[in-house]
Amino acid sequence: MVSARALRVVRCGGGALSGARAVFSADSKYLLCASGDFVKVYSVTTEETLRLMGGHADLVTGIQLNPHNHMQLYSSSLDGSIKLWDFMDGIPIKTFTVGCKLLALYTLASAEDSVFVVIPKKGERDTFQLVSVKLTKGAGQDLEAKELSVVLDGVGASAKQIAFGREGEYVASVKEVNLQVYFFKRKLLNRFSLRAVKTKGGDNQFSCVACHPTEDCIATGHADGKIRLWRNFHHKKEYTYSALHWHHDIVMDLAFSMEGTRLLSGGVESVLVQWHNESSCQKDFLPRLGSPIEYISMSSDGALCCTLHTDNRITIINSNLRFSRSIQGLIKSRDVKTGLVVDPRTKALVMNGEPGHLQFYCLQSDQQLFSLDIVQRQYIHEAGLKQSDLVKVAFSAQGTWLATVEEREEVTDPELELKLWFYEEETQSFKLNTRINTPHDNHITDMCFRDMGELEDDSLILVTTGRDCVFKVWVMVEDTDPEAQQSVSWSCDFVGSYHNYQATNCCFSEDGSLLAVSFEETVTVWDSVTWDLKCMFCHPPGNIRNICFGRLTCSKYLIGATDYGFLCCWNLLTCALEWSAHLNIVVLQPDPLSEHIAAVSWLSKESSLFVFKPNEPRPIYIQRNLCKEKILLAAFVPRDEPETTGSEKYLWLRRSQLFFLTDTQELMTLSTKPLEERLTPSSKQLAVEESLPVTPFSLLLGKHRRQQSQEDIDLGKLVVHNKHEQASPAVKELLHTPAHVLPSASFLCPIFINSLLISKENKSTEEVADEVEMESEKTEDDSDEERDVTEMEQEDTSHMELLGEMTCKLSKSQEKELRKIRKMDYSWISAF
Amino acid sequence: MAAYKPVVVQACPKLGEKITQDTLYWRGYKTPVQIKEFGAVSKIDFSPVPPYNYAVTASSRIHIYGRYSQEPIKTFSRFRDAAYSATYRDDGQLLVAGSEDSSIRLFDVSGRAPLRQFDGHTKPVHQVGFLSDKYRIFSGGDDYSTNLWDIPSATEIVSYSEHTDYVRCGCASKVNADVFITGSYDHTVKLFDARTKSSVMTIEHGHPVESVLLFPSGGLLVSAGGRYVKVWDVLKGGQLLVSLKNHHKTVTCLCLNSSGQRLLSGSLDRHVKIYSTTSYKVVHSFNYATSILSLALSPEDETIVVGMTNGVLNVKHRKPEERNEKSQKKRQPAYRTYVKGRTYMPKQEDFCVSKPVKRVLRKYDKLLKSFESSKALDAVLEPPIMLHTPEVTVAVMQELHRRGTLRSALAGRDEKQVNLLLTFVARRVIEPRFTPVLVTVADMITDIYQPVVGQSAIVDKQFLKLQEAIGKEIDYQEELLEVLGMMDTLFATFTEKRDTYLEENKSNGLAETMETNRND
Repeated sequence: MVSARALRVVRCGGGALSGARAVFSADSKYLLCASGDFVKVYSVTTEETLRLMGGHADLVTGIQLNPHNHMQLYSSSLDGSIKLWDFMDGIPIKTFTVGCKLLALYTLASAEDSVFVVIPKKGERDTFQLVSVKLTKGAGQDLEAKELSVVLDGVGASAKQIAFGREGEYVASVKEVNLQVYFFKRKLLNRFSLRAVKTKGGDNQFSCVACHPTEDCIATGHADGKIRLWRNFHHKKEYTYSALHWHHDIVMDLAFSMEGTRLLSGGVESVLVQWHNESSCQKDFLPRLGSPIEYISMSSDGALCCTLHTDNRITIINSNLRFSRSIQGLIKSRDVKTGLVVDPRTKALVMNGEPGHLQFYCLQSDQQLFSLDIVQRQYIHEAGLKQSDLVKVAFSAQGTWLATVEEREEVTDPELELKLWFYEEETQSFKLNTRINTPHDNHITDMCFRDMGELEDDSLILVTTGRDCVFKVWVMVEDTDPEAQQSVSWSCDFVGSYHNYQATNCCFSEDGSLLAVSFEETVTVWDSVTWDLKCMFCHPPGNIRNICFGRLTCSKYLIGATDYGFLCCWNLLTCALEWSAHLNIVVLQPDPLSEHIAAVSWLSKESSLFVFKPNEPRPIYIQRNLCKEKILLAAFVPRDEPETTGSEKYLWLRRSQLFFLTDTQELMTLSTKPLEERLTPSSKQLAVEESLPVTPFSLLLGKHRRQQSQEDIDLGKLVVHNKHEQASPAVKELLHTPAHVLPSASFLCPIFINSLLISKENKSTEEVADEVEMESEKTEDDSDEERDVTEMEQEDTSHMELLGEMTCKLSKSQEKELRKIRKMDYSWISAF
Repeated sequence: MAAYKPVVVQACPKLGEKITQDTLYWRGYKTPVQIKEFGAVSKIDFSPVPPYNYAVTASSRIHIYGRYSQEPIKTFSRFRDAAYSATYRDDGQLLVAGSEDSSIRLFDVSGRAPLRQFDGHTKPVHQVGFLSDKYRIFSGGDDYSTNLWDIPSATEIVSYSEHTDYVRCGCASKVNADVFITGSYDHTVKLFDARTKSSVMTIEHGHPVESVLLFPSGGLLVSAGGRYVKVWDVLKGGQLLVSLKNHHKTVTCLCLNSSGQRLLSGSLDRHVKIYSTTSYKVVHSFNYATSILSLALSPEDETIVVGMTNGVLNVKHRKPEERNEKSQKKRQPAYRTYVKGRTYMPKQEDFCVSKPVKRVLRKYDKLLKSFESSKALDAVLEPPIMLHTPEVTVAVMQELHRRGTLRSALAGRDEKQVNLLLTFVARRVIEPRFTPVLVTVADMITDIYQPVVGQSAIVDKQFLKLQEAIGKEIDYQEELLEVLGMMDTLFATFTEKRDTYLEENKSNGLAETMETNRND
């Protein structure tokens, strides 16, 4: 059983959140968001991920609430299918297969049973069309939706470039310098275009469009930062527009508030701008949101708005433009210069986060632990501005010291800064201890601490190598002055060089006695006590790309990889080459807990993984074609408890897990477990937690109030109410009698509980029937709209127990419905 | 969402003197008052009782000065030859002095003629002092002997002739009335007990002893002689605790401050050094015009009086404490407002609204926050910031450069402002910590204002000044490199050849060269 399992490459670290506009649920309690191949449901109040709905085979490109049932959600994906979800339970209801890539999804309340999608035009590259898809009614989960009718041709590929106007009367689409407005009723297409020439340095290209919810007004964003408000576009000639200008760079997204009085816009500046009454003089700002704004969406009650940022973050903002909370995923910066580093203290993966920040990303809980501000300077969001960023990070063995290097690319010479941080137990965070300006005259290529385990304090040494042809040794010096603020600081102890070659890599042996520094083609080995040069190795031609020492039983070996595609292993005792292999190694990563070393090679568009022990030239494990992308970085993360795989082949994965990052910024890992095992536990647990009502008492009270208000409207449920009336006096008495005249609680308890029992049984039978009817026929039932979510939850849990006794008292039409329900798949119930 | 981050101003540790609590304390003296005496000032002694007058022995006179008087309030001049070592008794009533004519005289501070005269020494007496029981006097003379005198009867109690050279200094214990020490040119310090017939302890200092001092606790002994100041543990039988060599000429006088936490030493090398008595590190040092012979500190460290070889008495008074508390108090809100609501505990049903903490930003930060580059530069070019904290100006310039708006901030300025900018750049461009930024600034200014060169005499002058400053700096650096080259050769010859000498330690600076050699 075990040997049959193959090692799978698993994507981790969550997908990009900025795939599509986020959607608020109708009651603004939940936030739905496309995340890679999944749709995530977040709680707005707790920021927690409540559901992870998977089923699409490719990126989700659009999500929209079902306009006829706000408990349902449509999602479209690049795999060519539209799915209808019940997002409260996280189950797919239906899947419509369209058959071609879907790039955006729109729904309209007025369109009875069709949705609008953007698809690529057949036979032509880079041209897209907006089509309406008729969602066929039919039994079964998987349906074909082939009835497509083209609405607009030549639209943009992005979801931001199409917007539907007031009550679905028209649709506006922008592309390049053209605005198209199509009126559905009149079947009229108006085209407006701006001058393509760049006037006054401005760029007239459209970037996004939004429609006023109540008036005939279209807002468009432009590449030069202008926002234009179009009116009177029914006429081909007499149209007017006014411009609002604040953004200095492209307007990334626009959104109108529900009443249309406010317009929100955002862009690269990462400032959310709120325009009042479409006038340019009245505007509010919410600055420093952290990173460029990709999408803006509003909740239907107008109380909240959320922005999706390019760095995988969702910010939820109050209606009075106050920052409320943020949901942070793994930040995928364009260039992970720091490499993948593991924090020894938290076992978190550490890498570049926000510009100038270091992110600590917890792999187990899939969330960011914290973000450490390293550069500590104001980041200016402006395209093309070179600002300081973090390039190197190193932790000491126990995680008490952190060394960071930041640099700013300059024309003349780079601005370098080496910072040393000490972990403070009291504040549980890193505190800046020493800052060294220009530690090297040129770029720093590598940095490492001497790992001495328990003897850490006085033996701690930091080595940096630079392109200025030297490596420097930094030591901790104790300040003897008792009145000084801090007791230790760092200073340079030794400067070494070798024939004026650029130093490229450095590495300490496991016991810390030897330091290996590579200088272009040569590896030099130094004694770490006297700083004498002990020996040199080289394997010409080709510069040394990576070096590392063997560990544990293999500590006498030094491994190096060269540019010209050789992996060499030198014996430090005999000073001779032990073995070499012809491999183009990109990443060389030793496991800190065993003697295994992982090497990733890149050859003709595929990455392969080799795991070997230095003392034997034959690899233990080979996986060819690990992934199509080039793997840039890898890291072994120690497991909390050793994995119990019996297989001999995967013994190297027992104590630590291998993570790697590709050049498309995908974080991947290797797993022996099948997919289901990995996913189910967390989602199950959340489902149970969430369906717990707040308190039984409040639930009871809430129900009573609602019922009373519905009494006048809803005559059909009169019978149910009467039954309640019988039960309620006991409760009413309990609630309205002053506490000091009430009998003891033990006397009241059975009465109270009895009243609860009766009311629940009667009511839920009726309502479940209603509920089922609504779901299958999709009739519009206004009274259902008001229903609370908690109520829904409760009813869903009662499905199971009631299914058996629902037979005799139902009418014919209801029986028909029941038959339909029986056909439906209830396998998901077993999950509860 | 992050708040605005203020500009980071690089705090460079200043080279040389570090600002410590001690530096601030010892700097808190006014400019000295100089008083001319008749000869070299050999001894200064403060009266232990208020108003803390002090007796200054110079040539054949003893002058008594009041605390702030620049003229002596009293003079004892009944000496035929030089007087030495005028010392007050503990109650400040009596004064004793030795003299060149080998006699010791005892004066009443209010009187004029000597009360007693003690004869017995055969050579000049350089050291006299009271024992702490107030009724006995010890003395040391050039006849190598140390004598003990009874004041009421004016007779010699005991005479020790154990030293083999002139006895020039001494000190009585404050704890025990029978114990005193003397230091002599025979390189020894001897501890005497009046109850025994010979010395109790001998300490070998190694140089002619110029001054000795006992700590108030009586446990530690400090001796000065040659260039050394040595501290000895008396209770451990005269063990050497620490040897300080911070002067480069003979140390002539020692003194403790009133708290006993700091030790002062004066030397012929014109310096007074202040040591911490816990770490025995120099915490501060004073510089004087000529060689120092004597030194005294008044109670509460109010006054430092230093006597020189050229007969100048240098008196430094402590600055009065800052009195601006009054004006500050005015601005503070009333106590009632201050404590209002501080003790209020919110009840359970209360809804707490926290007041947002207001962050105070500097003016340039406010302007930078609103992207007003030119105004931000203006704000840091104001004279107080530019003169006293040039690092702030440079930090803002660097920030503007990072934002790419430095050029536009520098452009469009009038003659006065350009003049101001150029003055600043020309003055600071040679400072290593500012050079990288200011070179860029200078480049930009030259670029921008090149077309208007020749239109204003003031600006032209500043440009020339800048050129001159940079030229000088280049010459200086070249010279430094030459010196470095020379030193490298020297160090290379010093380094012993080893068989495994494979490394090539290229050194970039002097400090690193030293470092490398130490490690070798």
